[in-house]
Amino acid sequence: MRVPFSEPRRLHTGDAMATLHTRSAARLMIAPSVLLLLAWMIVPLAMTLYFSLLRYNLLMPGMEEFAGLTNYTYFLTDPAFFQAIFNTLAIVLGVLFITVVGGTALALLLDQPMFGQGIVRILVIAPFLIMPTVAALVWKNMFMNPVNGLFAWLAKLLGLQPFDFLANAPLLSIILIVAWQWLPFATLILLTALQSLDEEQKEAAQMDGAGAVSRFIYLVLPHLSRAITVVILIQTIFLLSVFAEILVTTNGGPGTQSTNLTFLVYAQALLQFDVGGASAGGIIAVILANIVAFFLMRMIGKTLEA
Amino acid sequence: MGSITLKNVSKVFGAHAVIPSIDLDITDGEFVVFVGPSGCGKSTLLRLIAGLEDVSDGEIVIDGRNATELPPAKRGLSMVFQSYALYPHMSVRSNIAFPLKMAGEDKATIDKKVQDAARVLNLTDYLDRKPRQLSGGQRQRVAIGRAIVRQPGAFLFDEPLSNLDAALRVNMRLEISQLHQQLKTTMVYVTHDQVEAMTMADKIVVLNRGRIEQVGSPLDLYRRPDNLFVAGFIGSPRMNFISGAPAADHGAHTIGIRPEHIALSTDQGIWRGTVGVAEHLGSDTFLHVNADGIGTLTARVGGDFAVTHGDQVFLTPDPQHLHRFDEKGMAIR
Repeated sequence: MRVPFSEPRRLHTGDAMATLHTRSAARLMIAPSVLLLLAWMIVPLAMTLYFSLLRYNLLMPGMEEFAGLTNYTYFLTDPAFFQAIFNTLAIVLGVLFITVVGGTALALLLDQPMFGQGIVRILVIAPFLIMPTVAALVWKNMFMNPVNGLFAWLAKLLGLQPFDFLANAPLLSIILIVAWQWLPFATLILLTALQSLDEEQKEAAQMDGAGAVSRFIYLVLPHLSRAITVVILIQTIFLLSVFAEILVTTNGGPGTQSTNLTFLVYAQALLQFDVGGASAGGIIAVILANIVAFFLMRMIGKTLEA
Repeated sequence: MGSITLKNVSKVFGAHAVIPSIDLDITDGEFVVFVGPSGCGKSTLLRLIAGLEDVSDGEIVIDGRNATELPPAKRGLSMVFQSYALYPHMSVRSNIAFPLKMAGEDKATIDKKVQDAARVLNLTDYLDRKPRQLSGGQRQRVAIGRAIVRQPGAFLFDEPLSNLDAALRVNMRLEISQLHQQLKTTMVYVTHDQVEAMTMADKIVVLNRGRIEQVGSPLDLYRRPDNLFVAGFIGSPRMNFISGAPAADHGAHTIGIRPEHIALSTDQGIWRGTVGVAEHLGSDTFLHVNADGIGTLTARVGGDFAVTHGDQVFLTPDPQHLHRFDEKGMAIR
C-alpha cells in the first residue's frame, strides 16, 4: 500500500526539513530587531503605566509613593478633561470637514486644463511643507493679529471693528490654521484619484445626458470614495495629536477653551509638574485613540472592500 | 429619424489636420461602418458626430436639424465605447437605467424599459451584479443595453469588439447585426477590422489619412475598388498587386488580382512559380507562391489541392476579375 507513495513522501519530508531549517534560521536572525522594537514600545508603556499609579510631582523629588488609581479619578473628574475631549474631537472633525470638502473642490479645479498648471500645483502643495510652529506663528502674527494682522486691516478697510480671533474664537482659529496646513495633503491625494478616472466613463455619462453636477454625484464622488477614506484615516491619526499650533498661538487658552487632550497632558506634566497625573492622562489618551482607531478601521474595511 | 449628414466637416488638432474635409450622407436605418487603418481619423469622425469633439469647420446635420453646436446629450445619439465605459460602482440595473434617470423619467417607466432591454440582451439574471463580476461579452451587452434604453436616433459604436477574444467577437458581431435588424435604427460602427466591416455593413466608408477613399456596399467595394488603397484593404487575404511588364501587358501601371481569382495548375498556366508556404485551413489552402519575374503571389485553392513547399505550380489570373490601376493608383475602368 505504501510503496507507491514512499518516494514522494520522502522527498516531501526532505523539503519540509529544509524549509523548517531556513525558517528557524530566519527567525533567529530577525530576533534582535524584533526584540529591540518590542522593548522600544513596551518600556515606555510600562513606565507610563507605573508612573500613572504614583503620586509623583517634580516639585517634590524623592517623595514618590503608591497612589493607586487616584491619578485616574483626578484626571477623569477634571472639568478640563471633558473640555479637552470635546476640543480634540472638534479639531479632528472640523479639520476633516474643511480639508475633504475644500480638497475635493481644489482638486476639481486643478484637474481642469489651465495656464500655469505646474506652478499652481506647486503653490497649492506648499503649505504642507511649512513646519507647524512656523505656520501657526505666521497666522497668529500676520493674519489674525487684531492690530497688525491682515484680517484686521481688511476689517478696518470695510469700516468694521477688527476681530481678535485667538481671544474670541480660539478653537475655530486653531481649526482654521490646522486645516490650512492639511488642505494640500487632501488636495494632492484627491487630485491623483481624480486623474485616474476613466475619460471614456465621463464621456459616456455626457452622452447619457448627465450634466456637470450629476456627473460629480454619480461618477466622480463614488470614484473618489476610497481616496477620501485614506485622507480621513491618515489625517485623523495626525489630528488627534495636534500640539505645536496650540502651544505657539493660544497656549490652550483662554482658560481651557483651546486645550485638547495632547495639550492637557503636556500642561499636567510640564506646567504643573505632575508626572503621575500626566501619565494617567497619557494612558487615557492611548485608550481613546484605540477606540477611534477601531471605528476608523471598520469604516475603512467597508469602503476598501467594496 | 436617424439620418446624419456631414457637410465639409474638418477637424484640426494644433497644426495637424486629422480630418481635412469630409462630406457624407447616412440615411435612416442604415448600418454604416467606418473602416481604415489605425490613425486614419475614423474614431475622431465618430466623436465629431457624437459631439465629444468640436468640429473645426463644417456642419453636422442630424434629422434635418443643424447639430453642430449641440451638446452630446441633445443630439439623440447613444454610444458604445471600446472600454465599455460602464460605471463600476453601479449595478447592471443602475447602469442601464442611468440615461433614463438623467432624462428624468419616472420609476415605473425606467423599471419597465430596463427589463425590456435586459430581456433583449439576455441580461435578466445579471441585473443586480456589478460590472466587474461580468465577463467581457456580458459587459459589452450591458453597454449596448445602456445605449438602447434611450431609444436614440442612431447608435455609435467605437470599436466595440476589439477587447473580446476571437470566438466571442464572431458571436457579438452576429448579435449586433441581429439587433440592427430588430430595431431598424441607424448604426454607425467604427472598426479597423475589414472582416467586421464586410459582414455587418449596409454601407462601408473606407477612410485613409482623414479622407474618404470610397463609400459603397461591401460587395461593391470588393468588386469595384476605386483605388489601390481600397483594393488592398478590403478582402482577406489581401489582393495581389503586380506592376511592371505583366501590368503593362494589360495597359495599366499596376494590376491587382485577388487570391481567389487565380487558377492553379501543376502543368500549365501563364505564370510559373514555386510554392513558398502553404497554409491549410481545411476547406481552403492559401498558397504563397514565388512567381518568376513577378514576386510573391497569394492564391486560394481548394483544401484538397495537394502541393507543399518547393513544388512547381502554374498560375492563371481570371481576366474577368483583373483590376487595373494607373500610376496614381486610381482604377482604370
